[in-house]
Amino acid sequence: MSYIYYPGCSLKSTGRAYEESLLAVFAALDIPLKELEDWNCCGATAYMSISELKAFALSARNFALAERQNGEEDYAEMVVPCAACYLGLNKAHRYLAEYPELRKKIDRALEAGGLKYNDKVHVRHPLDILVNDIPAEKITSQVKKPLEGIKVACYYGCQLVRPYADFDDSHNPQTMDKLIKLLGGEVVDWPLKTRCCGGSLTGTVQDVGIRLSYVLLAEARKRGCDIVATACPLCQFNLECYQKRMSNLYGQELNLPVLYFTQLMGHAFGLESRKLGLNRVFIKPSRVFSKKEGGQYVNS
Amino acid sequence: MSTAKTPSSNGKPKVGVYVCHCGINIAGKVNVQETVDFAGTLPNVTVAREYKFMCSDPGQELIQKDLREGLVDRVVVASCSPLMHEPTFRRAMIAADANPFLFQMANIREHVSWVTPDKGAATEKSKALIAAAVARIVLHKPLEKTRVPVNSNALVVGGGIAGIHAALTLADAGRKVYLVEKEPTIGGHMAKFDKTFPTLDCSACILTPKMSAVRSHPNITLWTYSEVAGVEGFVGNFNVKVRRKPRYVKEDLCVGCYECVEACVFKKGVTKDEFNVGLSKRRPIYIPFPQATPLVAVIDPESCVQIKRNKCKKTCVDACERGAIDFDQKEEIKEVEVGAIILATGFKTFDARRISRYGYGKYPNIYTSLEVERMVNAAGPTGGEVHLKNGEKPRTVGIVHCVGSRDSRTNAYCSRVCCMYSLKLAHLIKERTGAEVYNFYIDMRTPGKGYEEFYEKLLKENVHFIRGRVAEISDWATIPEEEGKLVIRAEDTLVGAVRRIPVDMVVLSVGLEPHDDADDVRRKFNISCSHEGWFLERHPKLAPVSTFTDGVFLAGACQGPKDIPDSVAQAGAAAAEALALIDKGYVELEPNTAYVQEEFCSGCKTCVALCPYSAISFNVEKNISSVNGALCKGCGTCVAACPSGALQQNLFTDEQILHEIEGVISYV
Repeated sequence: MSYIYYPGCSLKSTGRAYEESLLAVFAALDIPLKELEDWNCCGATAYMSISELKAFALSARNFALAERQNGEEDYAEMVVPCAACYLGLNKAHRYLAEYPELRKKIDRALEAGGLKYNDKVHVRHPLDILVNDIPAEKITSQVKKPLEGIKVACYYGCQLVRPYADFDDSHNPQTMDKLIKLLGGEVVDWPLKTRCCGGSLTGTVQDVGIRLSYVLLAEARKRGCDIVATACPLCQFNLECYQKRMSNLYGQELNLPVLYFTQLMGHAFGLESRKLGLNRVFIKPSRVFSKKEGGQYVNS
Repeated sequence: MSTAKTPSSNGKPKVGVYVCHCGINIAGKVNVQETVDFAGTLPNVTVAREYKFMCSDPGQELIQKDLREGLVDRVVVASCSPLMHEPTFRRAMIAADANPFLFQMANIREHVSWVTPDKGAATEKSKALIAAAVARIVLHKPLEKTRVPVNSNALVVGGGIAGIHAALTLADAGRKVYLVEKEPTIGGHMAKFDKTFPTLDCSACILTPKMSAVRSHPNITLWTYSEVAGVEGFVGNFNVKVRRKPRYVKEDLCVGCYECVEACVFKKGVTKDEFNVGLSKRRPIYIPFPQATPLVAVIDPESCVQIKRNKCKKTCVDACERGAIDFDQKEEIKEVEVGAIILATGFKTFDARRISRYGYGKYPNIYTSLEVERMVNAAGPTGGEVHLKNGEKPRTVGIVHCVGSRDSRTNAYCSRVCCMYSLKLAHLIKERTGAEVYNFYIDMRTPGKGYEEFYEKLLKENVHFIRGRVAEISDWATIPEEEGKLVIRAEDTLVGAVRRIPVDMVVLSVGLEPHDDADDVRRKFNISCSHEGWFLERHPKLAPVSTFTDGVFLAGACQGPKDIPDSVAQAGAAAAEALALIDKGYVELEPNTAYVQEEFCSGCKTCVALCPYSAISFNVEKNISSVNGALCKGCGTCVAACPSGALQQNLFTDEQILHEIEGVISYV
């Protein structure tokens, strides 16, 4: 099976590390991943809140393109790493199937662009693929530097599992937990794994947004976490970039590295850190990566 | 086809068409006058009338008058579903000395007015259905119902309180009852409860006398650890096969002395004790509880090493002085004939794991209500003590209502018992531990005798009530007081704020659901179920214990969530209806049987092998098949299969069906 990669805007900008590590990990696992040609905005948040119709049309264009690129194969498996894109496309996917009136309008819009959508797309998140499509042995066989002794808080955020819990539980998801365990890491029980990171509030109502992020990190610290693993570019940005501000506001030094789960995978696979975008992070995980079983730090 | 003589003066049928308004049920969507005018133009129609309620006495009299005066000799009523009023109008025909099968209903309510939004379309559709009924009724011939004697025995499936009560009622009336229960003992859920609401009388104390009455009743044959394997036949004459699973202990020899249990090579429990809903463990040989009925040990083949691997010292065999243990026992099939069947298969509780945000199965001190029932029971795994996993008494307890009830994501319906049993558990927990108890509820629903008063009593006992659905339960502490506690987050809709209540212990008041195998069971008994999976009654108000299959009745929670008083009341009603059927002594069967037109039968015998009721025999001399009308159930299989069209079915002859179709088509 081949997968069609839909990056979305974040993975080409603030979330470049996500793209780099995702591509590196899929390459290491020998899973072909071809970027969708001529893709456009997924239609998420901003678009969706102003004009649903336009948002759905944008999503539908991506679907139609994916089908065309997929050619004769049955279904186009569209890999969508960004949580906002994943939700936006997933929502469009459902609405197009459930609302015939909307569908008629969208079909007309596509037609004007010389495109047609035949419902032959599956919207998939990489977590779903890595856990449900790829045999666990294939992943463990790639592990060169297990995450021994590293305590990980698996952070899913809201959009991956709500409102649609397609591949995992909506309040206590497990796929990332499984993946981290396969890599040899220790998953910390952390009941905030699907709570809000603050989303775009960090940019609009900052005191509220930052507080929401801080609550997550403080509890992770309290539970002895070494690192937070995320699957969403906005979560990663919120949790990592404002830590200094949080320290000033709440008088607590957090210094908690926040990495994409794909970066942790790549590290465990022994891939070069530059290829995983680890050079781009603000809070360096090198001290954590030097940790060994039993919680002892060793010189890296 | 062989046309029987039709009762008409000059050989031409005289059809009366009567269109019902059904108040505004039909008239609100169908232009009744227009349909009547139309009906008057149809061939053979001599009278076409309308009336507000055809089923009322004056409505029926309209028909009867026309019949008596010879204006009509066959009748079409355009009204509701024949399921509703066909019997009414057939009776009216009989009262007017007409044959009840010269009658046809056109369903213009359920099939038209209730489901067709457009008035014009509804009127046109009604006309088409009336045209079809008129076209077909011209070919109807007078038929007679046949009477079949009813077997006076009854079968009750399920040995919970509903099944027990139904079986005892029937047995006391002198009927022979077979009571089949899938577990090793009867008693059902009620046997697991500690106290019953709102009277707080001991559940076992009121139940166990009825259990032993079942055991000792001369008219009841009790088969526990058994399941119905198959049902054949029809109302009054069911043939039922019951599969008796091997319990590896001879029921007639065992006296329930527990010697074998004590002697088992496993000195401690090894597997989940079903009776204590997993709070304790039991040995491979066990008696579910001290009042189990029958008080006979049972060996679980899943955990017994002798059965699984054939190597054990078999200490149980040595310990049993009466030689009751029998590892060679095999499954047994019993076959019985009964006239009526009562289903009382009960419910299962909602699996709280399905709502992951409530943390059941993740945090140790979160229990389901059924687990707490066992915990507060003096004969339960903790001897009636309510304590946490670490052995300490809880100082604060949260009870969460509606877990798996009134929730579009799980079950939309109200479980009807969880408010009341939550109040009961709140009372018992407070009594046993002195803990602060918080009830989180959506609405308090206490509509029963003494129920509201019980709620009042709890309010005075200083139990806390917070109105709002619980959002989540976790160990995420934000203030020192919450450290080490389970924090319940809920919106308090009376205060208008989100609250965090730290507690030591949580009770999830789980809802009621149909059994996992409910669908298999209903297929076996050929009954329907609602979309939730509850067995469907014939009518929600007026036939609450009968089903669409004659002779099969419902009792207790298999029909929908019910508390004990309601289950018992329904069980009594089901028993009374079964008795009414049995005591009548006969059932009348629809004359919709098949018959052979001898001149067309080629003697291919296709039908003989196909008939599921062995009603078709083959006459070698004449080289034709013939149908035994007493055995034929009118399924139509032979009619459809007959290659020469020689087999026809009363009320559904090819010609009648073709005319009916033509009636619709010619109109359109």
